[in-house]
Amino acid sequence: MKKLSGAYLVLLFGFLYAPLLVMIMISFNGGESTAHMTGVSLRWYREMFKDAATLQAFKNTLTLSVSAALVSTFLGTLAAVGIERMRSARLKALVMSITNIPMMNPDIVTGISLMLLFVFMAGLIGYTPVLSFWTLLIAHISFCLPYVILSVLPKLRQMDKSLPEAAMDLGCTPLQSFLRVELPFISPGILTGFIMAFTLSFDDFVISNFTSGAGFETLTIHIFAMIKKSVKPDIYALSTLIFAAVLLLLLVYDLLGGREEDMAV
Amino acid sequence: MRKAFAIAACLALSLLLIACLSACGRSDEVLYVYNWGEYLADGSYDTMDVLSGFEEYYEELTGRSMKVYLTTFDSNEDLYAKISGGTSRYDVIFPSDYMIDRLRTEGLLLPVNIESVCEKYGAECYYEYIGEDFRGLFYDPDDEYSVPYTYGRVGIIYNCTQVDEEDCTGWELLWNPKYAGRILQFNNSRDAFATAQYLLGIDLNTEDPADWKACYDKLLEQKPLIQSYVMDEIYNKMESGEAAIGAYYAGDFFTMLEVNEDLRFFYPENTSLFVDSMCIPKGSENPENAALFMNYLLSEEPAIECAEFIYYASPDALVFENEDYQEDMGEYVMEVLYPEDFHFAEELNVNGMRNLSPETLEYIGRLWEDLKISGGLPAGVYWTAAALAAVIAALVIYSFIVKRRRARWY
Amino acid sequence: MKAGLLQRAAAAPHIVWSALFILAPMVFVVYYTFTDGSGSPSLENITRLNAGNYLMILVNSLCMALIATVICFLIAYPAAFIFSRMKKKAQRLAILLIMLPLWMNFLITTYSWMTILEDTGVINTLLSALRLGPVHMINTPGAVICGMVFCFLPYMILPIYSVMAGIDPKLIEAAADLGCSPAQTFAKVIWPLSLGGVISGITMVFVPSVSTFYISQKLGGGTFQLIGDTIESYFTGTAVNYHFGAALSLILMVLILISMAVMNRFGEGEGGEIR
Repeated sequence: MKKLSGAYLVLLFGFLYAPLLVMIMISFNGGESTAHMTGVSLRWYREMFKDAATLQAFKNTLTLSVSAALVSTFLGTLAAVGIERMRSARLKALVMSITNIPMMNPDIVTGISLMLLFVFMAGLIGYTPVLSFWTLLIAHISFCLPYVILSVLPKLRQMDKSLPEAAMDLGCTPLQSFLRVELPFISPGILTGFIMAFTLSFDDFVISNFTSGAGFETLTIHIFAMIKKSVKPDIYALSTLIFAAVLLLLLVYDLLGGREEDMAV
Repeated sequence: MRKAFAIAACLALSLLLIACLSACGRSDEVLYVYNWGEYLADGSYDTMDVLSGFEEYYEELTGRSMKVYLTTFDSNEDLYAKISGGTSRYDVIFPSDYMIDRLRTEGLLLPVNIESVCEKYGAECYYEYIGEDFRGLFYDPDDEYSVPYTYGRVGIIYNCTQVDEEDCTGWELLWNPKYAGRILQFNNSRDAFATAQYLLGIDLNTEDPADWKACYDKLLEQKPLIQSYVMDEIYNKMESGEAAIGAYYAGDFFTMLEVNEDLRFFYPENTSLFVDSMCIPKGSENPENAALFMNYLLSEEPAIECAEFIYYASPDALVFENEDYQEDMGEYVMEVLYPEDFHFAEELNVNGMRNLSPETLEYIGRLWEDLKISGGLPAGVYWTAAALAAVIAALVIYSFIVKRRRARWY
Repeated sequence: MKAGLLQRAAAAPHIVWSALFILAPMVFVVYYTFTDGSGSPSLENITRLNAGNYLMILVNSLCMALIATVICFLIAYPAAFIFSRMKKKAQRLAILLIMLPLWMNFLITTYSWMTILEDTGVINTLLSALRLGPVHMINTPGAVICGMVFCFLPYMILPIYSVMAGIDPKLIEAAADLGCSPAQTFAKVIWPLSLGGVISGITMVFVPSVSTFYISQKLGGGTFQLIGDTIESYFTGTAVNYHFGAALSLILMVLILISMAVMNRFGEGEGGEIR
């Protein structure tokens, strides 16, 4: 049984990592092609650092996803607090189901609907080249919000309601009690929400494809345009670097998280 | 601990954001260029980066800093969708002849005025080097809205290890069942329909729906043989030997040949030709900068760099008369790109694509979509899906019955 | 309590935002569906759905997505089960490794799949070296399904795993003590308790599979289209027509909402909480 499940996991991870392996190998390719290996070199890593458009796209993506994650984390945390405190169960259910729409809807429909909104609004005010960084940011915040809310809400529910009350009995203002008692308690949920929002925004292609305009190309859109022509392995080099960075971050996060859990026990 | 980590992470990321934003810097002027993919020398493969070249040129000329942003499209129809939607701002676009005609008649272009702009800024104007053959063409009779950039003809590329020489007679090669599953067809309506039009001997610019329908039927007949409808994906597929036959633009063949030596090329007896020109779309906020950019691309060094990078024929005398360029290209390339006794203007009148009436365009669009969505999946897919649906339905019903029974017990 | 009002008002920005950028866009999809190019009301877009092959495209997409979802489930369920029985440290590592591919750009990984599956690709090179002959894989529905399974598999594993990890081992012991065979334990204890995770996994895989438009273009070669491809081409491609594109999106959206409602109905009765 143990052997069987071991073999199963090998196959599973083989499947999940096969394309990543191909990507990493080709990034060290000495030749031009993305299909055949001809020698090993660091050539494409050098090319990548020379490729201004790719670097600009990477910078744009970071700017966009950090801003989208910050704003949606802020709005989402507030919203979670508000929703949790709502007295009317019906209102709560209504708000929650609206919140869930971007998660249930296919990305392509979300993207298109936002694009139609922007196009129509732009037509009304007569400023047509509306698609820009700002529309992209709005779209990203919109689809990140539900994920933030859904990671903060459970933490709020877990919290003992008598804690903030006790704080206020001891002379805290409501704001102080929120900042000093509740916020620290729900901060892991906020962090999870932030990381999820950042990841979703960083990786999004479908929604960005419909809501971005000239002059602000994110990495995924840049790759999409590039893939239509011959893909140069330098994009594989960049992806390999991103892969390495994420792996490193996850391992560090795992180590930190692991130690804390040990401490908590 | 966790909280400290969270705060540290947020702070670090915000700092990163600020760093990014400030690193972007502010330049006095921006120019949004919308071009075909890989259609400008961009600094890769030891070429010159013409975009930063222009930024320097501009700063020298006017004393103001300039930032050029490039985005790309891969068919005239995609370009039209973006421009007519009016959702994005562009300053320079690179449509082909028939699309210029369409954009111009729909009032979506601004006049270029390249000569007067150059005069105003005291720049040397290179427009005079554009060959006689490329002036006053049908899509822009007064040369008011466009500046030609490249031109070429469509030909057929094949892999000589997979295709017999004697089969390469003309357009019927794309319909040869011997090579089923290894043929590539254009993924844009006008070029794809053109292959069928030449095969059937139909005029490229017919307005008769019956003609278009006949071509549609021909393309539908071809569909089972097609490996893929492609635009620039053709590079990888031909280079790797994945596909054996494909029709594409002459210049691109040489880019593929650099990677795969087994590729061969020929022009069918009748074939379409195109000229890609630079235009300024309506909504451009600074048409003068756009004109300066065009002028810069016509000047000797960038023009040659671009022509060598993309392997398309250039209408710019500074390029095609340059001896170094001719030498770099080599005899064979020059022969294919600039054949003798080839008069572009005359050819374009016969084999050029024109803009068509809105009704015909709408009809072509529908036929094209129908072609793309015609034909189902292999029957196995439907059977599998049906079987799975049946199993799931059975499970659901079974669990309902169990639940009912249980409910009766308690 | 004074804090109440202030804190309840905290949701206000979100509600305004949702109304502006979640609800209003939906209204526009409906608006565009029922108007024509000049902005006057029209049913043409709906009647046109019937005319062409569009319903077949929809059926094709549903079939492909269904197969991909079931395959994902068949792979993910045992995997999640194995993970949930591992040591805590190993569990963390395994989940980390499952999540890692999600951070990679799916355009790039899909492109890598092309390299793997092509006639001259990695697998066929290996096969012909072993003299097993080339097998044609790319540009078939199988390749598209493979791409979908790869892209969405983690979304199936993660929710099932998180539910399974939460099952108290004592329950399983108790079932065994009360005379259940392993098969019975599975059918009566583990399966019902994990159903919530299964359902949210199915949702998270099925929805993006139905509407995907990139995977099918690359791995299917563009000779057959899914509904996502068709919608995209009406917004950015040859036959640009926002109104008809909106009609297609509306149909897709309604279809998905209906299937989600049915799924959730099915899940609720079993006591599994949908996360």
